[in-house]
Amino acid sequence: MAENLKEQEKNDLEKPLPKEKYEELEDYIDSLPSLEGRLIQILHKAQQIFGYLPRDVQLFVARRLGISGAKVNGVITFYSYFTQKPRGEHTISICTGTACFVKGVGKIIEALEHELDTSIGSTTEDMKFTLKDVRCVGACGLAPLIVVDDKVYGRVKPEEVEQILAEYR
Amino acid sequence: MAGIKSLEELQKIRAKAQQGMDLRKAGDEEYIKLMVGMATCGIAAGARDTFNTLLEEIEKRNIKNVYLVQVGCMGYCHDEPTVQVNKPGEPPVLYGNINKEKAIEIIDKHVEKGELLQDLIISKSFDRA
Amino acid sequence: MKQYRLHMLVCAGTACESQESKDIIKNLEAELKEKGYEKEVQVVKTGCFGFCEKGPIIKVHPDHVFYVEVKPKDVKEIVEEHVIKGRVVERLLYEEPALEKKITEQEKMSFYKKQLRLALRNCGFINPEDIKEYIAEDGYLALGRAIKEMTPEEVIETIKESGLRGRGGGGFPTGYKWELTYRNKNDLKFIICNADEGDPGAFMDRSILEGDPHSVLEAMAIAGYAIGAEKGYIYIRAEYPLAIHRLNIAIEQAREYGLLGENIFDSDFNFDIELKYGAGAFVCGEETALLNSVEGGRGEPNAKPPFPAESGLWDKPTCVNNVETFANIPQILLKGPKWFNSIGTENSKGTKVFALAGKVNNVGLVEVPMGISLREIIYDIGGGIRDNKKFKAVQTGGPSGGCIPEKYLDTHIDYQTLQEVGSMMGSGGMIVMDEDDCMVNISKFYIEFTEDESCGKCTPCRIGNKRLSEILTRITYGKGTEEDLENLKDLGEMVKDGSLCGLGQSSPNPILSTLRFFEDEYKEHVLNKNCPSGVCNMGKKKKPAAKKKQ
Repeated sequence: MAENLKEQEKNDLEKPLPKEKYEELEDYIDSLPSLEGRLIQILHKAQQIFGYLPRDVQLFVARRLGISGAKVNGVITFYSYFTQKPRGEHTISICTGTACFVKGVGKIIEALEHELDTSIGSTTEDMKFTLKDVRCVGACGLAPLIVVDDKVYGRVKPEEVEQILAEYR
Repeated sequence: MAGIKSLEELQKIRAKAQQGMDLRKAGDEEYIKLMVGMATCGIAAGARDTFNTLLEEIEKRNIKNVYLVQVGCMGYCHDEPTVQVNKPGEPPVLYGNINKEKAIEIIDKHVEKGELLQDLIISKSFDRA
Repeated sequence: MKQYRLHMLVCAGTACESQESKDIIKNLEAELKEKGYEKEVQVVKTGCFGFCEKGPIIKVHPDHVFYVEVKPKDVKEIVEEHVIKGRVVERLLYEEPALEKKITEQEKMSFYKKQLRLALRNCGFINPEDIKEYIAEDGYLALGRAIKEMTPEEVIETIKESGLRGRGGGGFPTGYKWELTYRNKNDLKFIICNADEGDPGAFMDRSILEGDPHSVLEAMAIAGYAIGAEKGYIYIRAEYPLAIHRLNIAIEQAREYGLLGENIFDSDFNFDIELKYGAGAFVCGEETALLNSVEGGRGEPNAKPPFPAESGLWDKPTCVNNVETFANIPQILLKGPKWFNSIGTENSKGTKVFALAGKVNNVGLVEVPMGISLREIIYDIGGGIRDNKKFKAVQTGGPSGGCIPEKYLDTHIDYQTLQEVGSMMGSGGMIVMDEDDCMVNISKFYIEFTEDESCGKCTPCRIGNKRLSEILTRITYGKGTEEDLENLKDLGEMVKDGSLCGLGQSSPNPILSTLRFFEDEYKEHVLNKNCPSGVCNMGKKKKPAAKKKQ
């Protein structure tokens, strides 16, 4: 674990994040009327700007708000919406709500994992696809469904998975 | 705009906004229903003009309890354009050869005053076309 | 307002929008323009019609024609046939399966016949992005009357008298909640709308926010007036972008009309609303966890008391109500508590919105009076079980509820009767299961959900749910013993008794209710190592579990 962290730290150091993005975040924070109770809101914005929330960004936010890095990290790891790892070019969200479950989304997950040779919550090696599960999208009439970026594919059959992926490959 | 200050102001905005939406409200019972035969043949005979005239008149006179529907072919091709007037509780009346002027007449006499335009009637019965 | 000859209402709820209803609207507008009809026909983007199974939907007024499963390429035909020639496009009409007959009008479809739409009254009827259409439907009249003609006490009394109970799950009487918050004197108080709809398979609140956002804003302002709060927050899932978008528009418009802001209706009452985004944590639906999250921290629940009514957001008196609860408020003030009181059963008044999904023919959003039977919802409104399969169970209340077997199908649903059969009203998810579903596997699905969503603050929930999940996994892989069934029951009761918040207190419900009603199925799994529905891979090699989260 400790080695992993070191490894990540090294990577972060080797590829410093662009300065303009920090400035954009800084400007956003400055535009807020007050900072009380706004940590989650700021993290939403930060993830929108950077695509993910690496250690440096977490520490930047912590310093800016005058709170500990541990507190920021605690919030990020609590909520499934925030990610500390960079996402692939396309994000495939698989709805795992009950309606999709009873309509057989399990088979779709198997097909996707097989096709991409990765598991849920991970990104393919070529950084092309990130596979993740989401709670109910609320379009239960279309179950089972997957969402690729913003496009919803409803009533998906396992044999259609390859074809859907081909659109993005 | 300046904010709404009183219930009266709210009611005013409400009344105005409702006019645009009456169409979606219309139920079958309390409303007079005007049906214009607007199949290809009817339109070729000028039903669109008739329809739009009716619409303008209803709007102009601010008649509330009428709604205007376009319907398909009523089968009286020889008397196009046709307009049927369904008043609640009365047998539907079907008029033929309704041009712009006659459309105004329908609104004026039948809808507003309840007088039938005897010369123009094709049929009058509960068996709707 | 301008008069149009035809109004075409296109559903732009999430389910329809993900099926290209945006393109339909675009094509419709382009096609009408090309043919020169854009001045005669008004295209209106509305909220959810509820009949998601057959979306996207277009409703044409005043003809009342109801088109289903419309594709963007069908638009040309609709314009050419319906708009220009006045001929209904038969092939896009809904066909009633039982009658094998095409049905033109929405009101005549059995999906709508038994429904009573109060909270959803404007969904699918008005354009949610136009405040004027809401005002035309008596919008903000209740707020105006409350401020101008009623004292805060009278408003609270009206809500109390109506018998309205919280629609988010717990069913606490709304009027009493308001009264408690009203009684706690403080210079600062808050109103919070709980729009963190986390139940898998539930989308009632989202549909209300997308289809009728102003009804929630108006109700929050009324609540603010009643309890003495000047600030409201809507805590909404970040996963609901469309609802967020519509809410932002609605708040902007309400401010512009002076219906939010300072000196509303020229009185000394000020009220404003701000959105707060959730970040994907089911437990944040619990009110104390929600408050921690609104404050920007980890969404872990606190022990109650103190209740939020005494010490809530930033330790100030706070009233938290759910979206659907709010959507009922303006109507209760306008039509009176007696009217509301006359709908429903002895202890449950009014209506409830359910998200009907699973193995049922008509998946969709339905609003029914309390006291209707499950059978009526599933068979009359839902059109029965898909593919003529046999009904097995209906799950209500999401991960906190239970599975109800066939023998209780005639239960007249309200808060109490559902509890008596081991389930609960919950927020309104209703999932129908047929003979192909394995009840052991279903309860495993739910417990994996709560295991994943448990915040970890208290031990019974954190560890108890994990152990429950392990036992169920064993059983579904053919490794279970009879002793495991006993353990499930004992441990389940323990988790219920020992957990800090509602999540843990109800998480074993799916297991306990299936054990109660489908014990044979569990026994078949542990004794004969056989899954009667053929869902569990008994005895086969266990696959490495897919990793959740990071």
